[in-house]
Parts: sequence; structure tokens; C-alpha cells
Amino acid sequence: MIEVDNIHKSFGDAHILKGVSTIFEDGKTNLIIGQSGSGKTVFLKCLLGLFEPEEGQICYNGQFYSELSTSERRDLRQEMGMVFQGSALFDSMSVEGNVMFPLGMFTNQSKAEMQDRVDFVLERVNLIDAHKKFPSEISGGMQKRVAIARAIVMNPKYLFCDEPNSGLDPKTAILIDNLIQEITKEYNITTIINTHDMNSVMEIGEKIIFLKNGHKEWEGTNKEIFKTDNKAVTDFVYSSELFKKVRQMYIEERN
Amino acid sequence: MVWEVFKKPTKWPIMRSLILKEIDELIFGSLGIIIFIAFFIGGVVTIQTALNLTSPFLPKSLIGFAARQSVILEFAPTFTSIIMAGKVGSYITSSIGTMRVTEQIDALEVMGVNSLNYLVFPKIIAMLMYPFAVAIAMYVGILGGWIAAVFGDYAPSGEFIKGLQMDFEPFHVTYAFIKTLIFAFVIATVPSYHGFFMKGGALEVGKASTTSFVWTSVVIIILNYILTQLMLG
Repeated sequence: MIEVDNIHKSFGDAHILKGVSTIFEDGKTNLIIGQSGSGKTVFLKCLLGLFEPEEGQICYNGQFYSELSTSERRDLRQEMGMVFQGSALFDSMSVEGNVMFPLGMFTNQSKAEMQDRVDFVLERVNLIDAHKKFPSEISGGMQKRVAIARAIVMNPKYLFCDEPNSGLDPKTAILIDNLIQEITKEYNITTIINTHDMNSVMEIGEKIIFLKNGHKEWEGTNKEIFKTDNKAVTDFVYSSELFKKVRQMYIEERN
Repeated sequence: MVWEVFKKPTKWPIMRSLILKEIDELIFGSLGIIIFIAFFIGGVVTIQTALNLTSPFLPKSLIGFAARQSVILEFAPTFTSIIMAGKVGSYITSSIGTMRVTEQIDALEVMGVNSLNYLVFPKIIAMLMYPFAVAIAMYVGILGGWIAAVFGDYAPSGEFIKGLQMDFEPFHVTYAFIKTLIFAFVIATVPSYHGFFMKGGALEVGKASTTSFVWTSVVIIILNYILTQLMLG
């Protein structure tokens, strides 16, 4: 579980996060949504420890991040998996090398044990014949799956994803969403996803946080988002005609 | 930054393989250009010295003496270092800078890897081999001078070799290697700094490489002056 209490983050004069508080529970897929520039990525990077908030606290299963030493922070980060927007795979390593990297770095497993684990997670993300390929030789969707495999190879407690299906075709995007949700349930991970994709919001958003200008404007589930009267949320989520119709149908069905 | 670079690596076997990879990339990968430049610079220095020694009272051995002094004291350590600032320095800045813009450094940090140590430390250690490359440059530079002198008919072989041995001061070689080691540290760290702390996208990677080359060259030239004053002045 991650508890966020009133965090503030600024860059120079720009006050990006203005007192965001929330709780992310284990085994749930949490989504952070909001317009570009609303502070989503900064919020995610604060949760990852890449940015340190000027005010407020982030608590990981009872451990306050600000009270940890540098080495304790590194230990905590070994419990985190991250899927970056651009996948952030290491160009110089093969798919197998990328997934094996955290194992080689932080465990004392034998080569055979590491290979077994890598084979297992690559199979889990439906990548079977790509072990020896390099990131530049595989598609964007495959790169995302390698990034997910690398993120879960150490059995993390927390999984963070920054726009995991940006740049992907709708079918692959749904596959990635389903994969993340399955993994979250299977390993009881606290998953936090930054997204612009409204399909993801409707399909896998067990908890949704809507950020606006650095504030938490709204919080709820993918069921509640259909019913909300919050204008900022409805303007953002139902900005397309298609989603307006979907909402209308949902409301009519409920009535 | 410096403290993080020299912290204990997460795993020594991984660090060892990274160091070997960097030695291959930074040192062995540069030997071709170092040898090529040293050979022709040695030749040019010899020809220019010979063309300026017009007085018949000056012995031809002075050509060999001037070639040796120029190559050992300046051309091999300093000129080669400027070339390395361009070749190796821009490689370091662009490779680390690309990792920065594609979030690979963030990925390392999120995994709990000390990214400064992982990326910069092996380069600094690999560059400790740089004096060996400069030693080769000294040898090849003098060889280039000898070939230019003998085959260009500027000085007989015996006279040139006599000049090479004339008033030899072993400390000059020590001075050159001390300079080289300090330049090696500069070539590894200044470009790493520019790559690691760069901001922006692909265009900025190119700009960072250029900036790092300029700053590495400036630092090398200033240090060259200070070290020469301190050690030979």
C-alpha cells in the first residue's frame, strides 16, 4: 500500500503539485488521469522517488520515503517495477539481457536460474521468440511487453506504468491493459498507471484519480466515473462524441 | 556527483565486464586514429624542423632531437588528448545523453542501481589505460619522424637517431605520462557530466556533445599550461 499525504512539488516558480493526497491499495489497478501538464508524470516520479516533494509524505507499507537513507531508498526501489512511456529498454542489450539485468544486478541466482525466470516472465507477457533480438528490432508493442517483463522479473510490490499504451494500436493497447491487470491480481501488486487512454479508464480503472492543475480534482472507480457530476472530469473523460454516447447509454441502462 | 561515482558498485563481476567493455570501446577503439595521427604529426614536425634549420653550422641530429622533444612533450600527450576529447568525449556524452533522453538512466535509478557509478566509474577506470595509448603515439610519432627524415632526405638515419638520444631527460617522459593520466580523468569525467545532466531531446544530445568537446579541450589546454609550469617551469 502507498499512502500519499499532501505532497507539493515545484520547479522554479512553477508549482506543479499542490497538495495531492491519496491511498493506493494492494492488488488494485490505480489510474492517474488528467490533461497534459496537469502534473501526472511529476506525481508518478515523486512516487518512484525520482523527484523529492518539498512538502508532504509518501509512505510505502509503513516506510516514510523521506526518512530513508540513500541505500535504504535503493533497497526500496528494488521492490518497484516501472514501465516507462518509451519503454526505456537498454539499447545495448538483447530482450533477454534487458529482462535479466535486474536479476544479475541484485540476486545471487545462477545463470540457469536466471534463465528460467527470464523464460517464465517472457512467456507470461507472450513473448516467446524474441529472446535474442535487440530493442530496435522489435515493434513498439513488443517493447512494451519486454518493459513489463523487466518490471515484474523481480516480483515487485509496486508496479508503475507511464502511459503504457501510448503509440499502440487499439488491439495491442487492450492486450497490454489486460496483461497489467492480470499481473496485478496474480501477484497482489500495487499498480499505478498514468494514462490518457479512456479505454483503460473504463476497462481496468479500479481506482481513478483525476488531476487538474496539480490538484486532485476527483477520485473514484470506473463505475463511479459514469455517474459523476464533476464538470472537469466529465469534460475531460467524455470529450469525444463516442464516450458521450457510451455514458448516455450507461445512465439510461441504469435508470 | 564524484562521491556517487566512486561508491562501491552493486556487483563487482558486472562492473568488471563493464570496465573491459569500456577499455575495448574507448582505448582499443581509438588506437587506429591515434596511430594514424601520431605517425603523420611526427613526420610533419620533422619536415618543418628540417626546413627551418637552414644554417650549415647546425648539425642534422637536431632534427631528431626536435622531433623527439615535440612528440614526447606535447604532440603525443596533448594533441592526442584533444583528438580523444573529440572522439571518445563525444561518444561518452552522446551515449550517456541518449540514455538520459530515452529514460534509460531513470530506469536504472528506479531499479535501485547507482547510475552514476554504473555509467561513469567504468569509463574512468578504462581511461587509466590511456597512457599506454599515448606511449604508442610517442613511439609511432618518432617512427613517422624518422621515416620522413630518412626517406625525405632531410637527415641520414644515423644523425636522426643520434638526435633522438641527445640530452635525453627521463623526467620528460614521466611528465608526459602524469599529464596524460590527468587528461584521461578529464576526458572521462567532463563528457560524462555533460551527458548525465543534459536536458531535452535528440537535438540537445548533439549540442551537449559539442559543448562537452569544447569544455574538455579548454580544461585540457589550461591544465597543460598549469602542469607544465609546475613540473618543468
